[in-house]
Amino acid sequence: MGRFKKSGGSRSQAISTASLPDIIFMLLFFFMVTTVMRETTLFVKISMPLATEIQKLERKSLVSFVYIGTPVQTQMYGTEPKIQLNDAFASVNDIPSFIEAERLSRPEGDRPMMITSMKVDRNTKMGIVTDVKQELRKVNALKINYSTLKGSDIAAK
Amino acid sequence: MARMSPEINAGSMADIAFLLLIFFLVTTTMDIDSGILRVLPPPIDPNAPPPPPVKERNVLVVLVDQFDRLMVKGQIEDVKNLRSRTKEFITNPSNDSKMPEKRMEYIEHMGDIEVSRAVISLQNDKNTSYEMYITVQNELAAAINDLRDELSRQKFGVPFSELKSEEFNKAVRQAVPMAISEAEPKDVGGKK
Repeated sequence: MGRFKKSGGSRSQAISTASLPDIIFMLLFFFMVTTVMRETTLFVKISMPLATEIQKLERKSLVSFVYIGTPVQTQMYGTEPKIQLNDAFASVNDIPSFIEAERLSRPEGDRPMMITSMKVDRNTKMGIVTDVKQELRKVNALKINYSTLKGSDIAAK
Repeated sequence: MARMSPEINAGSMADIAFLLLIFFLVTTTMDIDSGILRVLPPPIDPNAPPPPPVKERNVLVVLVDQFDRLMVKGQIEDVKNLRSRTKEFITNPSNDSKMPEKRMEYIEHMGDIEVSRAVISLQNDKNTSYEMYITVQNELAAAINDLRDELSRQKFGVPFSELKSEEFNKAVRQAVPMAISEAEPKDVGGKK
């Protein structure tokens, strides 16, 4: 018996796991740096259209968002497309005050470079989008971005 | 003596870090926002004199109706052909008198170059779907980007997107302007 034990029982060295936390911390920091906190809860359902000629929005701090889509809770709010600004539904008339508030929250030097990004559901009719654009024109928020995903759907048609 | 101080087991440290990692994975989004950038025309001053009319031969009217049908210069057109139609219209290769004029202009870094006077007028109905609108916007932008690419390759040997110098970039943009005008909103498809 003793001899048997001796041949099989070569003591294997335990691998040190002390550096495992460091590796995980590295991953953690990577994710902390590359990701952005979700700021608003979307009350509208948005599936963005596809486009190929897109540009990235470089400075996220200069972007204010306008969401347009059908409400998630259709029993409560119906199926008509609605505008969401910040954390609440809004009407077209609320856009000037929204833009004004967004402007005031940015440093003065950045204000001319502000971009309004429109995240609009692909099945929305253009009527509401045009109304929003007209309001943006009135308050001189002329730089806009039609938010899209990368891809082409021409071949599918 | 502190010689025999017990070692703290660091094995569970990884679990704590994992918990944090998973928390961040769940609460954050990776999306970098991207899209089609456009500049809206400034609001119309009612006292300002009306702008000089653009010659009809210089305007490419692109119309999308409430059923998402596309009409280019009065003809029904498929979206697939829009890019090539737009490119042909802007360049006017055969110097057709019904197609846009070209004017010689001096542009820095490129010398004298023919600049097309073409303007694309995009009109849409209230009931056009946003998806179709974006598709059309995208095709028009693609046509212009294609032309810029061609010019950039010809003059500087690299595609437009890879032009490093801001001045070269500006020169190409000047030679092929992004002239897409959007009409004041109106009902193209009649009352609904």
